[in-house]
Amino acid sequence: MLGRTANNIFWMFRYLERAENTARLLEAGHRIAMTRGGDAASEEWKSVISTLGFRKAYEAVYPDYSGAHVCDFVLRGKANPESVMAMFETARTNARLCRSAITGEVWEAVNEGWMGLRDLLARQVRESNLGTALAAIRRESALARGATHGSMIRDEVYSFARLGTFIERGDNTARILDMKYYVLLPSISYVGTALDTGQWEHVLRSLSGERAYRWLNAGRMDARSITKFVILDERFPRSLAFCFDQMRENLAALALLHGHEGQANALIREADQDLSQRSIDQIFDRGLHQFLIGFIAKNRQIADTISKEYRFID
Amino acid sequence: MLHCSKGIMSGSDGAKFDEMRAEDGSVRPAYAEYCDWLQAQEKGWMRRKGFEAESFFRRTGITFNVYGENDAEERLIPFDMVPRIITGGEWRRLSRGIEQRVRALNAFMHDLYHRQEIIRSGRLPERLFRNNEAWLSQMVGFTPPGGVYTHIVGIDLVRTGPDEFLVLEDNARTPSGVSYMLENRETMMAMFPELFSKIQVRPVSNYPRRLAKSLAACAPECAGENPTVAVLTPGIYNSAYFEHAFLADQMGAELVEGTDLRVIDGRVQMRTTSGFQPIDVLYRRVDDDFLDPLTFNPDSVLGIPGIFDVYRAGGITIANAPGTGISDDKAIYAFMPEIVQFYTGEAPILPNVETWRCADPDSLKHVLDNLPELVVKEVHGSGGYGMLIGPTASKKEIAAFRQKLKAKPHNYIAQPTLSLSTCPIFTKAGLAPRHVDLRPFVLVSPEGIDITPGGLTRVALKKGSLVVNSSQGGGTKDSWVLAD
Repeated sequence: MLGRTANNIFWMFRYLERAENTARLLEAGHRIAMTRGGDAASEEWKSVISTLGFRKAYEAVYPDYSGAHVCDFVLRGKANPESVMAMFETARTNARLCRSAITGEVWEAVNEGWMGLRDLLARQVRESNLGTALAAIRRESALARGATHGSMIRDEVYSFARLGTFIERGDNTARILDMKYYVLLPSISYVGTALDTGQWEHVLRSLSGERAYRWLNAGRMDARSITKFVILDERFPRSLAFCFDQMRENLAALALLHGHEGQANALIREADQDLSQRSIDQIFDRGLHQFLIGFIAKNRQIADTISKEYRFID
Repeated sequence: MLHCSKGIMSGSDGAKFDEMRAEDGSVRPAYAEYCDWLQAQEKGWMRRKGFEAESFFRRTGITFNVYGENDAEERLIPFDMVPRIITGGEWRRLSRGIEQRVRALNAFMHDLYHRQEIIRSGRLPERLFRNNEAWLSQMVGFTPPGGVYTHIVGIDLVRTGPDEFLVLEDNARTPSGVSYMLENRETMMAMFPELFSKIQVRPVSNYPRRLAKSLAACAPECAGENPTVAVLTPGIYNSAYFEHAFLADQMGAELVEGTDLRVIDGRVQMRTTSGFQPIDVLYRRVDDDFLDPLTFNPDSVLGIPGIFDVYRAGGITIANAPGTGISDDKAIYAFMPEIVQFYTGEAPILPNVETWRCADPDSLKHVLDNLPELVVKEVHGSGGYGMLIGPTASKKEIAAFRQKLKAKPHNYIAQPTLSLSTCPIFTKAGLAPRHVDLRPFVLVSPEGIDITPGGLTRVALKKGSLVVNSSQGGGTKDSWVLAD
């Protein structure tokens, strides 16, 4: 397949994944803001904007952190090139660009998703409709992923789609955790103490993991078991360990197809092994923030290596 | 209940030939079975079917891009549910005529770029191509692989009577619209499956396979057993991008852009995830000008530097061959009867529309004297732009055109305003006749000439209008050739 097509597929799925995770983040933020109100609510919305890396762009438009402003900026802000609408539009443009590499079902899922969101986000979303809108974003992304899973043959195209999905997902999970870590644990001495359960629940909600976590941990809410779940639990599809695992598998499939391994295979094997040998105590001892920064950098290095090895650009 | 009877055929505008109904109101044989079926359908149900078709097109992304300055918009070409039907007998004669014309076109191209016998014999004036932008001196003395110039041709036909099919235009540059022919049929089969079990219609769906086979048969000698075919598109912003992606997908070929390609080791190669791989046949949907910045337009960012040298050295087949656009020229068109006669030794089976070459002083005088009755076209124009339709033009427009004609007579041809045949479309008020044309698609390879039964029927949706171009409010119909 063409290197350019691989690039389009890869980014199409990165944007779909990011749009979905952004919707989740807003959902969780909205819930906390609702239960707290006042300054705490505005702090919450500020942390959503920070997690997404939008602070500078946001503050250039709005002086305050109100729910209505944050949601509008994140969902459809004209000054925001990475609004959910813009990301869906980019994903759809990419799908158009590599139309002959994807099935009709995938194209229709992305195209119809884009059409639906374009209508839904044509005007500012009222708070009473926020839940419906966010659910629609998650659903459209899930439909595209489902169509991919159910209709695409397991060849290169599929592997690049999956790599884009999990590289983006790992990155997003790490960022959500990192941001909450700062809010929750401003000093290392707080680790393991003075737990703000509401905030930790937010982390789990942002990752659609609150139910799975409760199920596995019988109601225990402590920083260590929650971070362990989000970082190391290979059963949880948004954990860092799960993402690395999927990346390793898909890179191995590519190596098999191409008849040789590249640098990306070595990198992910090493990173995956390193992660699986860590205990949550080690991660806390060396510093969770340092660990997450290290994860994000490694993840990006792997993405760059894939892009180079498979000739995404000339 | 819907009727094919005369009362419902509102808005008849004096057209001489309706393809569904004869003057006495009876249904013509081609439409007999269809009308039987239609009369049994409920009107409200048919209208709902119309909405169904639109949402189907919108969802599958069959759109026609209209890009303005700021806002990108994707527009649907309107689709009409009433098929345009041609009998097996009519089609046999048509396809003989088309084959003859395409054979002549290909021979003409070879001659123009070699010995130019037709000019030496005095049947074609040299000036017709000497100052023509579509003429490429770089092609002189070169024969493309398999001797094929016009790999894919679209012949635009109009009808004026039971046996009167005329050629209105030849499209040998990069004819488009074939994806609509295919999707229109898919849509009709999805909407009215019972029609197709009742009436035997010759299939068109194997066109992409025939195209892939025909292109592979034109591969250069350096190609292996299974030649690599790629479709070259100018990109996502091109109005026909959907068609480029569609054909690549259907043929199982890569859809490439100029930036994917590079000349390496005397071959044109595409950048794949496992390195550069040579292409044997390039079905290009870009104009000659944008093919090779080293040879043609130095400002082009779309082309592949050096591709023309590879082509001349036999390293790749370019379809259609560069320089074939000259046969689309309307001044050349005027000579097509002579061209067919010259290369086939036969009288043309399909006549031209009567054409006055304004470069000829006697013809110019006739044209100037009869402007209100004529259609005047620019020789290099296309898409229905830059033309004068005498009967519908204002006095001012006619006067302005008169000046243009006098200033540059060789830039124009004129034709009588034809009373094109009509075919009914489905409107709120029932069936109503509208003017149609037909573009059959023809494939040429050393293995022969292959014509897909039917083609693309374009229809002027506005009552009385003669302009069928999609850029100017035209729609399309599924075109049926009956099996017999």
